[in-house]
Amino acid sequence: MVKLTQMTVHETLDGLKNKQFSAVELTNEYIKEIDNKKELNAYVLETPEIALNQAKKADSRYAVDAARALEGIPMGIKDLFCTKGIRSTACSHILDGFVPEYESTVTEKLFAAGAVCLGKLNMDEFAMGGSNETSYYGPVVNPWQQDKHLVAGGSSGGSAAAVAANICAAATGTDTGGSIRQPSAFCGVTGIKPTYGRCSRYGIMAFASSLDQAGPIAKDVKDCALLLNVMSGYDEKDSTSVNLAVPDFTKVLGQSVKGLRVGIPAEYRPEGLNEEISAYWDKGIEMLKNAGAEIVNISLPHTKYALATYYIIAPAEASSNLARYDGLRYGLRIPGEHLDDMYINTRTEGFGREVKRRIMIGTYVLSAGYYDAYYLKAQKVRRLIRDDFMKAFEKCDVILTPTSPTAAFPIGDKSMQENPINMWLNDVFTVSVNLAGLPALSLPIGLSSEGLPLGLQLIGKAFDEETVFKAASVIETEAKFERLK
Amino acid sequence: MIIEGKTNKWEIVCGLEIHCQIISKSKIFSTASTKFGADANQNVSFVDAGMPGMLPTLNKYCVHQAVKTGLGLRAVINKYSEFSRKNYFYADMPTGYQITQFQYPIVGEGIVTIDLDDGTTKDIRIERMHIEQDAGKSIHDIDPHKTFIDLNRAGVGLMEIVTKPDFRSPEEAGAFLRKLRSILRYLETCDGNMDEGSMRCDVNVSVRPLGSDEFRTRCEMKNVNSVKFVMQAIENEARRHVEVYENGGKVEQETRQFDAVSGQTKAMRKKEFAHDYRYFPEPDLPPLILTDEYIKQVADELPELPDAKKARFVNELGLTKYDAAVICENKEVAYFFEKAAVGHDAKKVANWLMGDFFAMLKCKNLTIDESPVSAENLGKLVDLIEKNVISGKIAKDVFEIMSETGEEPEKIVEEKGWKQVTDSSAIEAIVDKVIANNADKVAAYKGGKTGLMGWFVGQVIKESQGKANPKMVNDLVVKKLS
Repeated sequence: MVKLTQMTVHETLDGLKNKQFSAVELTNEYIKEIDNKKELNAYVLETPEIALNQAKKADSRYAVDAARALEGIPMGIKDLFCTKGIRSTACSHILDGFVPEYESTVTEKLFAAGAVCLGKLNMDEFAMGGSNETSYYGPVVNPWQQDKHLVAGGSSGGSAAAVAANICAAATGTDTGGSIRQPSAFCGVTGIKPTYGRCSRYGIMAFASSLDQAGPIAKDVKDCALLLNVMSGYDEKDSTSVNLAVPDFTKVLGQSVKGLRVGIPAEYRPEGLNEEISAYWDKGIEMLKNAGAEIVNISLPHTKYALATYYIIAPAEASSNLARYDGLRYGLRIPGEHLDDMYINTRTEGFGREVKRRIMIGTYVLSAGYYDAYYLKAQKVRRLIRDDFMKAFEKCDVILTPTSPTAAFPIGDKSMQENPINMWLNDVFTVSVNLAGLPALSLPIGLSSEGLPLGLQLIGKAFDEETVFKAASVIETEAKFERLK
Repeated sequence: MIIEGKTNKWEIVCGLEIHCQIISKSKIFSTASTKFGADANQNVSFVDAGMPGMLPTLNKYCVHQAVKTGLGLRAVINKYSEFSRKNYFYADMPTGYQITQFQYPIVGEGIVTIDLDDGTTKDIRIERMHIEQDAGKSIHDIDPHKTFIDLNRAGVGLMEIVTKPDFRSPEEAGAFLRKLRSILRYLETCDGNMDEGSMRCDVNVSVRPLGSDEFRTRCEMKNVNSVKFVMQAIENEARRHVEVYENGGKVEQETRQFDAVSGQTKAMRKKEFAHDYRYFPEPDLPPLILTDEYIKQVADELPELPDAKKARFVNELGLTKYDAAVICENKEVAYFFEKAAVGHDAKKVANWLMGDFFAMLKCKNLTIDESPVSAENLGKLVDLIEKNVISGKIAKDVFEIMSETGEEPEKIVEEKGWKQVTDSSAIEAIVDKVIANNADKVAAYKGGKTGLMGWFVGQVIKESQGKANPKMVNDLVVKKLS
């Protein structure tokens, strides 16, 4: 028999509805499984008591047929989300012991739909990183070929690894430059970064406000759709959230893609692109073509500037967003003789290397005399990148690309440690989407010759997650990717 | 004002930046209360405290107040404006940045007309006005080693009004601040209390040789907190510049502090130590877009402002320019006056208001809202004089009772039996009596001492206990003595 923890969210919901098992039994299974897989380091805080309490309530709702959309579904929450009464640190030393008095809008919606909180998931410190190695709590180990000690990707490494390793039914993630999609690809799970403004950012610790977006990481496309149904929606507490009706994303799954125009951007196949990845991309194209889609060659000419643009805008916003971590009101405080000394001591001790690097870059690019050359220019290029997509979407309805230029790499990889640019290059296929504010989903397409998962990315028009889901569902059916047991 | 140096005549060039706290129930980017005088850190939301993951949301009422103010400054309202972050670390600035407007303020160029002592007016140009959040307060004097932080003020809405360097004397700056305060109070967008810090002024001063149109290095004095101090700061700083130049020195661009005790300014920080605020557009707030309909709707709500009211008082009610200006400076006084003057002789009401009435308030240390004499009753009192029910002299006694009891003047006159005697036979009887009792004076009068006329009239009025109508007495005395 299939273990309860191996089931998808939609299978689990069926089981709960049909009283095949109770939410408490299910939650206990997950708690046991979390215990068995501690060496993955996916959780930075476990909340079994809270989970069991919520599960009990879920069972009483099932008993009276009053179950809500995610009743009894055990989830892991990325540590970037503020959860009321539950320690939330963004995996940074500087937020030691911080317990919010408020709930992020996205987690509030999930818990109000009956989701159960198993705990807080590991991540790169303040979501800055692509390998989960910048976490104050240490890196997450990729559950694929665990003995090889590969990274789970980042920044939502804990979320992707936990879903892949069946230690939560689904997880929340956030994506500023690929932080949902890249770890999803590395761990062989599915994740979607919705359109900027689709989900509220209220209560999510800000990294780069104009790029950050929450989204689900789950075992399959349908689970992502189910979760996004709940997570989405206008929030008056976030002025950048958009007041648009949220469709039922599950409705389009399995629908025909006949006549759907799928764009293939030339710029995403640079010379020297990993052959296996290139081949899987072709396979994905073939799958959609066979299903009746029309393949269109498109160009996104400013793609080559995307990484540079991203690594100016994101640090600029981060340098300002992280100014509030000053040791005064919450988290870590290292005293000093004067106020400035306390700031310096606290922030020196409290922030890790990557966070400091980005604060320094961000401070530099916003400085008088450099603003025009860096930040302002980056904003202009950002506009060009967005315009590229707008033009491309005149010719196509959805864009298919690889998610990441590589599969998961070893923890502590020298070339990346020695030159952070090599780490940043991982984001080459994902950052443009954030700069343009578009929705994009990563789903597993197959395994590399070394047996590691590889992902494809589907990019949609703004607020057209439905087309992304529809195309993803076709590829998922064809790819028949086997998840970890 | 021209400063006479040893070698040259100098002219002051001065501009002001005024921070005005917006009158609103809640803060500009959060739902916390703005109520003044609450216990420390009671009016603080998670947003104001800079808690992780918190986001600002714009208070629409503050926008409304800003647009209203902009229109009151006869300024351009920018249909597109943007918020920016001004980054700096300080303990009373929890997020590490202030949300303000930088490149695209909500209000553009405008004009404020000031009234000068010589009766002339001058237009002061407004450069811009933007909206932003206030910081909290650092309290250094509770403990010798600790600083306490009160975040009640953190996030209260501010309007920062920037003038062009149009002031040529301390008096002009003083007149501007009084006029601005008056406009803001009429608009009810800022209470204008400089002593409570709800209106704070930064002063920029430079000097130049008279007749030149150059702009020399300026110095800025921050947070000067009264009209008087602003005027002192301008004069003393300008004199300092003149002295520096005339001694062959160079004025350095710097921020200086005005010391209210000595009246002098002293250096705070030089330009090279100035903060780099790293302004950039606030990513948490979309640009602020206003429609023509919205602006028109706010314009339709504008009350009559002091200049318009003053003109109307002069043109329609016949007040002198001076009286109208005094009455209109303060909204409450102007409203009181209008209420008192309706249906009565406006000029006489103005005289009473600015004379006995103001003296009474001052003596009793009351504001106009606390006045025991209501506007209606003041009008009625003027009416009683006009209609010859009482004389001006009796009216003063009536007013005195009114200011003690708040009673209606008619009632007082009735009860005291102070109604003026207008019955000519009654007055004639008294005139006859006075003439009969003063045969010597009558003889003297008839002998040519016509100056005694006034004495007879006075005696008659005295005999009538002040109630005889003076004109009738006069007429009768003339008739009887001829």
